[in-house]
Amino acid sequence: MREKMEQLKIQLDQDLALVKDLQELDNIRVKYMGKKGLITDLLKGMKDLSNDERKTFGALVNELKQTAGDKITQKTEELKEAQIRKEIESMPEFDVSIPTNLDRGSYHPITLVQRECERIFKSMGFTVEDYAEVVTDYECFEAVNIPKNHPARDMQDTYYLENGQLLKSQTSAAQNAILRKYGDALKNDSKPIKAIFPGRCFRNEATDACHENTFFQMEGMMVDKDISISNLIYFMKTMLSEVFKKDIKVRLRPGFFPFVEPGFELDISCLICGGEGCPSCKHSGWLELCPCGMIHPEVLREGGIDPEEYTGFAFGLGLTRLAMMKYGVKDIRDLNSGSLKVLSQFSDDE
Amino acid sequence: MFISMNWIKDFVDLEGLDTLKLIHQFSLSTAEVENEIFFKGSDISGIVVAEIKSVEDHPESKKLHLLKVDAGDGKLTDVVCGAPNVRVGMKTAFAKVGAQIGDITIAPRPLAGFESFGMCCSENELGISDDNSGIMDIDPTIANGTDVKDVFAIDDIVFEVDNKSLTNRPDLWSHYGIAREFAAISGRELKPLELDDLSQYNTLPQVDMKIEDKLCQRYSCLQFENIKRNVSPVNMKIRLFYCGMRSINFLADMTNYLMLEVGQPMHAFDSRKVGKIRIKRFESPLTFTTLDNVERNIDENTLMICNDNTPVAIAGIMGGLDSEIVEDTTTLTLESATFDAASIRKSTVRLSHRTDSSMRYEKSLDPELTTVAIARFVKLLKEFDEGVTIVSSLTDEYAFHYPQVTLSFDKAYVDKYTGISISNDTIIDTLTKLGFTATVSDDNFTVDVPSWRATKDVTMKADIIEEITRIYGYDNFDVNTAKSPLFPVNIEQEKCDEERVKDMLVKRYNLHEVHSYVWNYYDELKALSIENKGVIKLLNATNPNIETIRQSLIPTQLCQVKSNVGFANEYGIFEIGRAVVGIDENNLCVEKKFLATTLYSKVKDVKTLYFELKDMIETIVDELKHKAVTFEKAEPTSNFEHPINYNAIICDNKVLGHIGIAHPTVSKKIDKRAAIVFCELDMAVLASIKNSSITYDEPSKFPTMDIDLSFVTDTFSPIKNAIEKANSPLIKKIEVVDIYEDESSKSITTRLTFSHPEKTLKREEVADIANSIIEDLKTQGIMLKG
Repeated sequence: MREKMEQLKIQLDQDLALVKDLQELDNIRVKYMGKKGLITDLLKGMKDLSNDERKTFGALVNELKQTAGDKITQKTEELKEAQIRKEIESMPEFDVSIPTNLDRGSYHPITLVQRECERIFKSMGFTVEDYAEVVTDYECFEAVNIPKNHPARDMQDTYYLENGQLLKSQTSAAQNAILRKYGDALKNDSKPIKAIFPGRCFRNEATDACHENTFFQMEGMMVDKDISISNLIYFMKTMLSEVFKKDIKVRLRPGFFPFVEPGFELDISCLICGGEGCPSCKHSGWLELCPCGMIHPEVLREGGIDPEEYTGFAFGLGLTRLAMMKYGVKDIRDLNSGSLKVLSQFSDDE
Repeated sequence: MFISMNWIKDFVDLEGLDTLKLIHQFSLSTAEVENEIFFKGSDISGIVVAEIKSVEDHPESKKLHLLKVDAGDGKLTDVVCGAPNVRVGMKTAFAKVGAQIGDITIAPRPLAGFESFGMCCSENELGISDDNSGIMDIDPTIANGTDVKDVFAIDDIVFEVDNKSLTNRPDLWSHYGIAREFAAISGRELKPLELDDLSQYNTLPQVDMKIEDKLCQRYSCLQFENIKRNVSPVNMKIRLFYCGMRSINFLADMTNYLMLEVGQPMHAFDSRKVGKIRIKRFESPLTFTTLDNVERNIDENTLMICNDNTPVAIAGIMGGLDSEIVEDTTTLTLESATFDAASIRKSTVRLSHRTDSSMRYEKSLDPELTTVAIARFVKLLKEFDEGVTIVSSLTDEYAFHYPQVTLSFDKAYVDKYTGISISNDTIIDTLTKLGFTATVSDDNFTVDVPSWRATKDVTMKADIIEEITRIYGYDNFDVNTAKSPLFPVNIEQEKCDEERVKDMLVKRYNLHEVHSYVWNYYDELKALSIENKGVIKLLNATNPNIETIRQSLIPTQLCQVKSNVGFANEYGIFEIGRAVVGIDENNLCVEKKFLATTLYSKVKDVKTLYFELKDMIETIVDELKHKAVTFEKAEPTSNFEHPINYNAIICDNKVLGHIGIAHPTVSKKIDKRAAIVFCELDMAVLASIKNSSITYDEPSKFPTMDIDLSFVTDTFSPIKNAIEKANSPLIKKIEVVDIYEDESSKSITTRLTFSHPEKTLKREEVADIANSIIEDLKTQGIMLKG
């Protein structure tokens, strides 16, 4: 018996040495440890032995069983490890230099700059208002202190429609409606009017690389008790520094616009040279950027707000011009062209 | 408008101040100055007065002369000169060797065989007038060798003010008005204008003059005789030239000079032609020849100056050819008048003729200025032509007076408006410098507005704020944030939806956002055989191609697809834009904001593309509103829409928009092989759909059970209806998992997912529900697939 056991041990080692995969290993486990396996057979042969012999021998067979089990388990681990190793080795190195197709949707550049401006103003508590493109003569002119025969109506050649309405020549056409919309909250709840109103404007003029008959502006205003010129300068400087993402110097010059008094032309320190003087700013160090001013008392009155009690400021920003400045678009007509060669380049910019 | 600093300095002493800084300050306090400042005379040096001592004809040239000149340096210099007006004893401007004229340095040079040591100069060559008729003829009493810059005011600093920034300031269309600003900016005194005392002529006869039309506010005139001078003094010519005007003759130059100096346009008539001045309009149109020899059509709205019934000038715009001053004029009548600004403006538009004079009248000139201008004219006239005689008394009809404007406000008003504190003394001082009469007592101000600011410009106290602050300087302001209370910001639903739709279309569906014009481009539509539909047109489109305001964005978008063919095999574009879809009962346009989307593909069939668009719409509405949409067959209304598969998009019983396929006629013109589908949604309707909020369902701990049912049917909608009718709370999900179609029939396999919150479902429970659906469909003739 002992001999047989020793023989089995040697045989098992030989078998295990030849095993190539888990399937073969399982066969070996069955061959030795299965119900009809070689080690199990040894136990079966014990019935012919004496009690003492059975005891001793039983212990030895169990030991053999234990050893065989450990050897098979160890072999299993080895084989699994080898398999993983093989799997790792079989993994090819990828060519990560192959370019990705980045074609995806795009926003109109006006949307991008408009969102940027809206974000800044919303963060300062301004509402964003939308307004019609076809407006009445009253909205566009009379309500903002441009009476009939006023030279300001010559300054902008307006598109008139057959029914006497017109395509708004300036975002100011929304001023009256916004003053009326929020006037009650101002008077009753002391809620200041803080609104911006981006929109598309139209001027009847010939187009070229620098001139368009259709363009975007964004106007803003703030009305409350005690709004001052000092506040106007503060808001313009803060807002423009945010827009251009750097500290901007602003300066005001008198400018004449019928809907404000006083009216200003606002210049910013040149974005290219910072005020030193360069070809971009014609060596003046300044860029003329936006008209602004204190809302004319007649405009407030026409909007149902008492100019003796309330004051306010208003400003206009050329969104089309901002977009062109920001992205270096040279031909203004590209923006309305619908050309995807141009427009598909403008992905999200936040 | 060009401004000469020499001229300004006639009226305000700026000695010791930096002129360029002052001009810069003017730009910050008053009106926009163009970038380029002109340093007149800076490129001229070494030009002296020299006397021509001898003149010989050039032996070979008819034009050239050989001169010997005395330039005051104790010798005679040989000069070859081509000017026709050379004569012995004449003094002229002489550029010596080494002199500088522009880029040229004068050097000895041979000219037609003779050496020339210098050059005799014309005014044009020195850049002080456009007179190139001959060399300068200078007062012989001036010593030889004197630098011409000591004789004439050649050195000057000239800047240009942007006319647009002066539209509201009639007083700034003159050097005297600008000088007043310089006085206020620099803190120096403005000198009064030196005037002739016109009262001394009161005993002389009046001119026969009468205003017969209310459009003439004031008319003043005076008659002169015995004007001998024909050529203007050089310094006057220089100023006119530097300010962009040509010298014509002494009288014309004088009226122009006065216009530039005090801002009052003036006109001189030959008194023989204008003996009975009447200012009026004609009842019927006529033609009239102006002094530029152009025949113009005058209508009944145009104010005219007449000699009784014969027109002699278009009021405020231009004189007539017939009454112009000519060689043998002996007596002339000088007009200085004010006319209604709007009337002049309209006349210039009708005549399409704008002049330096009309530009000033359009701004509402101060009527007080007419007699001041005449008094100044006479003062200068007597200075330059001593023999002149005045032969009439000042004849003046002052028909319209602007009311005196007096404004009251207190210090608190100024503080509130500015947000800073400006002292009472500064306020009074600033206003006084600008010509206002201002007083203060107990912080209460009373301000009388001067006549030259009271024609329209300064009418209310907010206008005074500008006067105070612009001179105070905006750079000197303390900058402070507002003290307003804070409130949450109201966000408009439509705006919110718009931004989310854009994000989804760009980020999830890779579409491109485009913009387009609000009108139809007739040519482009025609090229695609799309009808030019719209409910309203522009009245004054300069281009007939863009008359019609669009009523849908899709035709424009199809044109854009056409222009982008070749960009890629497949792309989609969208725009959120406006169109006019109708006219309401008040005759106002009904404007709508649409989301228009067009998909184009050369690689997908039209059905696949159509379903992509349909998915897109449903996903958008689900994302924004958590609601389902349905599609209902609709009648196409325009010729670019394919009659089949044109569907209304319905949500909450509202028509959200339409989806369709491009009509083959249009589609083939864009691209023979491409599939093109589109949809248009009304953004206001989308915003009006209420967001059904998220309803949370505690997930069941028990397993779900799926049942697949295959029905033989052409459309899904009866299946959908039957499932809805079964109305079982146990059905958690409905999904179409397969559509099978062969020659004979079509079947749709629907997977129903069941779940119970509290128990494991038994097959029988689920089968009961399924059977009720099967039975329901059976009654409609829809059978389970065998």
